[in-house]
Amino acid sequence: MANFYTDNPSLKHHLEHPMMEKIVELKERNFADADKYDYAPQDFADAMDSYDRVLEIVGEICGDVVAENAEDVDHNGPRVENGRVIYAEGTQKNLDACRKAGLMGMAMPRRLGGLNFPITPYIMAADIVSRADAGFENLWGLQDCAETVYEFASEEQKEKYIPRVCAGETMSMDLTEPDAGSDLQSVMLKATQKEDGSWVLNGVKRFITNGDSDIHLVLARSEAGTKDGRGLSMFIYDKRNGGVNVRRIENKMGIKGSPTCELVYKDAPAELVGTQRMGLIKYVMALMNGARLGIAAQSVGLSEQAYREALAYAKDRKQFGKAIIEFPAVSEMLAIMKAKLDASRALLYACARYVDMYKVYDDIAKERKLTIEEKKEQKYYSKLADAYTPLAKGMTSEFCNQNAYDCIQIHGGSGFMKDYACERIYRDARITSIYEGTTQLQTVAAIRHVSTGTYLDSINEMAKAEVVAEDQDVKNTLVFMTQQYAAAIELVEGVGSTAFRDFMARRLVEMAGHIIMGYLLLEDTQRNGEFRDSLHVYVNYGQAEVARHADFITNFKPGDLAYYGIATEKEA
Amino acid sequence: MGLNIIVLAKQVPDTRNVGKDAMKADGTVNRAALPAIFNPEDLNALEQALKLKEMYPGSKVTVLTMGPARAAEIVREGLYRGADWGVVLSDRAFAGSDTLATSYALSAALRKLGKADIIIGGRQAIDGDTAQVGPQVAEKLGLPQVTYAEDIISAEDGKVTVKRRIESGVETVTAPLPAVVTVNGSAAPCRPRNAKAVQKYKYAAVPSEVAGDEKKKEMLEKRPYLVIGEWTANDVDADLAQCGLAGSPTKVKQIENIVFVAKEARKVEAEDAALEDFIKELIANHTIG
Repeated sequence: MANFYTDNPSLKHHLEHPMMEKIVELKERNFADADKYDYAPQDFADAMDSYDRVLEIVGEICGDVVAENAEDVDHNGPRVENGRVIYAEGTQKNLDACRKAGLMGMAMPRRLGGLNFPITPYIMAADIVSRADAGFENLWGLQDCAETVYEFASEEQKEKYIPRVCAGETMSMDLTEPDAGSDLQSVMLKATQKEDGSWVLNGVKRFITNGDSDIHLVLARSEAGTKDGRGLSMFIYDKRNGGVNVRRIENKMGIKGSPTCELVYKDAPAELVGTQRMGLIKYVMALMNGARLGIAAQSVGLSEQAYREALAYAKDRKQFGKAIIEFPAVSEMLAIMKAKLDASRALLYACARYVDMYKVYDDIAKERKLTIEEKKEQKYYSKLADAYTPLAKGMTSEFCNQNAYDCIQIHGGSGFMKDYACERIYRDARITSIYEGTTQLQTVAAIRHVSTGTYLDSINEMAKAEVVAEDQDVKNTLVFMTQQYAAAIELVEGVGSTAFRDFMARRLVEMAGHIIMGYLLLEDTQRNGEFRDSLHVYVNYGQAEVARHADFITNFKPGDLAYYGIATEKEA
Repeated sequence: MGLNIIVLAKQVPDTRNVGKDAMKADGTVNRAALPAIFNPEDLNALEQALKLKEMYPGSKVTVLTMGPARAAEIVREGLYRGADWGVVLSDRAFAGSDTLATSYALSAALRKLGKADIIIGGRQAIDGDTAQVGPQVAEKLGLPQVTYAEDIISAEDGKVTVKRRIESGVETVTAPLPAVVTVNGSAAPCRPRNAKAVQKYKYAAVPSEVAGDEKKKEMLEKRPYLVIGEWTANDVDADLAQCGLAGSPTKVKQIENIVFVAKEARKVEAEDAALEDFIKELIANHTIG
């Protein structure tokens, strides 16, 4: 009888962020659906009430069903029979519950059968699902792919596929191949156009999450003879047509309930999505941004799970005559875990709101011309979303791994045994900093925004807000950290070497991350004093991290790069 | 052809997590201290009804409950899960009903609801644990009854086929329709609330709940599907002599708090020999084996 939404007040705090009013009004087009659909909101308060109630359903299913099944699903996992995936029994139950509750296609518009939820409450559901079972979040969260269909497919395709997703059919994104992982430009799966204009797919895909899904988005080479990303297009493969079989599923370290498939395409009929050759450069990029936000949510949910398991154990376990939480070394670890969790969640929802803002303008722009003011906002938030997404994915996934590590540490020897949930959390967490772009690749995406000043501008914007006297000291610390960050950028840019900048990139991005998360927690604390402990703990931690990076960057001699096996080139 | 399905459901105090203040000094249940919930086995009953609705397109599920206006929450919970409509049977005249008076009032309401194909309720409510209301309703309406149902397998061609839980296993029986079926807690759990249904029906109410709130009243007028039925004794043509306390032959003389104590606890040494002796003793006196 647990509810993972109502037992976690920080979720409602983020749901009720002041920016939501604008997001909801835009998303609901001033509540134009109110008389068209019996489940559409009448006004802002009504919409928020609906999000709250639906998240309560999510919380209940996650607490009572998904979390209860997690251990069995981890043990039993899915299997392949005759080219088809059979989910673990618990996974099937989880999916049934989500379907009956109507939690598929949450962000899709009502006319296509969805709930028309903004990204923010949808991502909150992903956060809650991940706390219950991170592996299940992969299956449930692949409804994200419908977003790409909605954004880029033809009206006919939207009407054909999206209602099916909303009714509970699952999706997959078939991108990776044996020789094309991070480097998707190398994708070789062949798309051939027949004389009647239709397409067929031939080849192999690997590491495909939920690869036996009902509706696949497939990246394939439509331009014979090409070798780079410009020869790739996006296709929809409908399982009802047949032509794709599952050869095997991987035996993974974690998220074991989520089948990771190797797929064989044999003359599989497929439909082209959007424009030929735009597959990678436009559609997959959009798809990946959505997926990265999803992994950030998964990371936050796992961090929450890790923190709660550790806290419960530390209160329960007695040594030397008292609960171990009473030992400063343990309580410090728990405080840092909580601070990382709260900081991660603050960054996740800031990012989700920015994504909401620009996406809603993108969508409105399909209906009418945006005003100059609206276009300006669209551009502003699009840039922020672009900067915050890799930062959120990178930072939250690293923190969730750290929290999973500390969770085991707090359990001591018992944590190393298979008896407690912490060992599953540890295994499940490990993938978050790898898939949908490794932390190293998030750094590549984020460093641009260090150089162009997106992060610094965002930080300076947040620094304008007044804070209560009690928090002025923390704010001063953040201002000082920002100075160290700005100085470090100047120093790195001053060297004028791409190799040197790349070498320092992760340090710079992390510095930006610590400062941004510090400010976000400061903002949270102004609205809700419950965050004050985490604010202080996080800024103390972030301050030391920023100083460490500043120190390294300041003292590092560019000539030392050679010791790391990195060739330098002096730029003109 | 669709079925007309009626679910009997009750709002009960949650007696599963009873705290110290659960009973008042006079021995009656302190309802204020216990959250009001959907009686668990009535949720199992609702699930069977919703399953039949899916099996037989065009079916209609109506939730019928008796209680104060706040019992409309039970109907809303039903609507959130897939029921189509609901009625709260609410009248001061029903206060203090025992199972006989309750089944009388419910059967009067069922007559008013018109011909039902199947009436489904939970086996028993967790506040009284009598398991009498369902069977009494069947008797009053002159309908066959199937109790301890675990799965309603089908309801077609004028008969219902039910798997029922009995002491030594399960048995499958058929009964002519219309029939009353009471569902056991071992049946499938109820499906979750549905996101669209929750958004659609969250303002559903009985008229007395919105009295004095013009905005809500207006909403109910605009959207008639949000109006939950609210029927009095008069509305269902009930004979007041058979309602409430007047119609309840059961008189509670006294209620005692029972504290369970393990009288026969015994400590056995954690040694093989001691354990073996103990097991032998248990086999000898037929406690086990």
